[in-house]
Amino acid sequence: MNVWAKIKHYSSKEKQSEVTRKAKSKLHFILLGRKLTDGLIYKVVLYVLLVSLAYIYLYPMLYMITNSFMTSSDIISASVRWIPSTLNWENYQIVWQGVNYPRALWDAFLLAALPALSATVSSALVGYGFAKYNFPFKKTLMALLIMTFIIPPQITMMPTFRMYSNYELLGTIRAFVYPAILGQGLNGAIYILIFYSFFKMIPKVLEESAQLDGATPLQTFTKIAIPLAIPAIIIVFLFSFVWYYNETYLSGLYLRDSGMLPMPLRVQEFINATDNFPEGSPAFELQQAIRLAGNILTILPLLILYFFTQKHFVESIDKTGITGE
Amino acid sequence: MKKRLNKIKAIYQERIRPFFGKIKLVFVKLLKKVEPFYTNKFVPFKDKVKHALTHNFILNITATHLVLFSFLRLKLTNKRRESMIGYMFIMVWIIGFLIFALYPVFYTLYLSFFRVTMDGRDINTVFVGLGNFQAALLRRGDFPELLVNYALEMILNVPVTIVFALVIAMLINQNIKGRGVWRTIFFLPVIIASGPVIRELMDQGATTLPSIAEYNFIDLVINNIGELFANPIQALFDQILLVLWFSGIQILILLAGLQKIDKSVYEAAMIDGAGPWESFWKITLPSIMPLINVTIIYTVVAMSVFSENPIIIHIRERMFSFSHESIAFGYGYGSAIAWIYFVVMVVIILVFIAATSLRRRVK
Repeated sequence: MNVWAKIKHYSSKEKQSEVTRKAKSKLHFILLGRKLTDGLIYKVVLYVLLVSLAYIYLYPMLYMITNSFMTSSDIISASVRWIPSTLNWENYQIVWQGVNYPRALWDAFLLAALPALSATVSSALVGYGFAKYNFPFKKTLMALLIMTFIIPPQITMMPTFRMYSNYELLGTIRAFVYPAILGQGLNGAIYILIFYSFFKMIPKVLEESAQLDGATPLQTFTKIAIPLAIPAIIIVFLFSFVWYYNETYLSGLYLRDSGMLPMPLRVQEFINATDNFPEGSPAFELQQAIRLAGNILTILPLLILYFFTQKHFVESIDKTGITGE
Repeated sequence: MKKRLNKIKAIYQERIRPFFGKIKLVFVKLLKKVEPFYTNKFVPFKDKVKHALTHNFILNITATHLVLFSFLRLKLTNKRRESMIGYMFIMVWIIGFLIFALYPVFYTLYLSFFRVTMDGRDINTVFVGLGNFQAALLRRGDFPELLVNYALEMILNVPVTIVFALVIAMLINQNIKGRGVWRTIFFLPVIIASGPVIRELMDQGATTLPSIAEYNFIDLVINNIGELFANPIQALFDQILLVLWFSGIQILILLAGLQKIDKSVYEAAMIDGAGPWESFWKITLPSIMPLINVTIIYTVVAMSVFSENPIIIHIRERMFSFSHESIAFGYGYGSAIAWIYFVVMVVIILVFIAATSLRRRVK
């Protein structure tokens, strides 16, 4: 008697014992759960989806890392797809020496950190002003603030470019620091909104009590609001730093002829300068690996930064309450 | 090991501490010298300057009045004082707004009606009316084609981005292990996605999933829907990973929104017999609708100003080249196409927002 016949035999008898029924319902409970969302099947599907999406997300990263280690024969050979046959550091050495990496890193750090710092200071001031004081035209000014986020840089860059060239600011870091100080830097509106919603969450009682004790508005700001806003300050600085580090459109214009270039552009420049091989030749294929090594070296500082500070990044939106509006 | 530690400790005690002590002493001495100067000379001077700034011919602030030019007396109510201080705080931004936003915007608008030639550093303008806009849109050239491609790409990519962001946010919002790890993974692209890096990846074909190319999906689209849509769809699949990479911030925004929804609402709905599917459409989606609008604006802006977007590279090239004699170059033409681009971008944002609010009104 095979299994199916057995099952038929028992079910036809309609003598399903208490034990099998219990086992069945238990299996049902484990697989589907009480309300579908707590069953085993649901869990498995959830994790499979998450893992596959994470794979899709990380695929270019993995591609970059593995291919940057490959020698030219690895890239050509069909048998090597993911894991390079030897760990080949040569690609990295070429880029490292070509762009003078430590020097480039220092420049890139300055180019990102100084504007980021000025943007943080100014947006804290402005965000505090918007959050804590009432004045005429406040709504209008807030609307204009949001407008500045939508206005694309290609509209404002030409007059700014002319302004900079008249005052001889082109090719210097000041071309990025000045707008940042005045709250008009890269994504400046977002930082102001972050500080705005953060300062809104601080109870007004604290400032009132400070004012009763005789503090001036500026003292209230520096002694009470700023120490409370340290999470927001960290978040704004980190975001601003990363965005300035990655900014290439305007820096390609303002810093074009100076020695001080952001890291992505500098690596790009080096690679383009050495890239003159016909397509398909082994040298061209090797060039691919060098390009990827250059990319890795470009993003490496950010990856390290992200590794240590990822908590601030991923909790930024919860903490600042920017979704509250 | 312990010996070595002791040695280090000894060195610290003998050498380093006295050294820092010396530095401290120097500072203390300096402070002692500076302090009388500060209290006797600097503080009175500072107060004098302060007094001079607030009690003069132009501006005179007394306890109850603010006098401008010694005849315009304004009573200082609490409200007025507050708004004055508020303006002081945002003054930085107002100045920046005037210099770096308002003036450039109107200047480019003004120049877009002119033919601009350079004469050394000065610019010569000749009024051409709508000539630049005509040249951009009607005469030959890549711009109309780029613009249409851009618009179609936006219409495809933005919903895809937001749907993916919503799906991922909802997956992370489930009761899973290691929520922080998942958030970290999905946010990573925001950190590293700079223009050259992404261009490199696109050149190498690392932004498309290998399996998509194998199924000849594009031919299917060309045969069934038509060429016009095939190009953007092909572009979408060529850069599917890029589209996903653009959704890092959106995931965080939507996740924060999802976590704010009260769990008891779902429980009440469940008791009334609603399944997960119904509670998604009836509870989740309406509660995060405002945030979806925020993410739409953010996505459109981020994609439009992304430095590898072909259209904004085109604008930059046209704007800053004067070697050609034709009208389709230079500041005037560049300003015109920048403005056209901006208007198209705003229209796209408005269309999306109208579409989302239409849904709500129908319900």
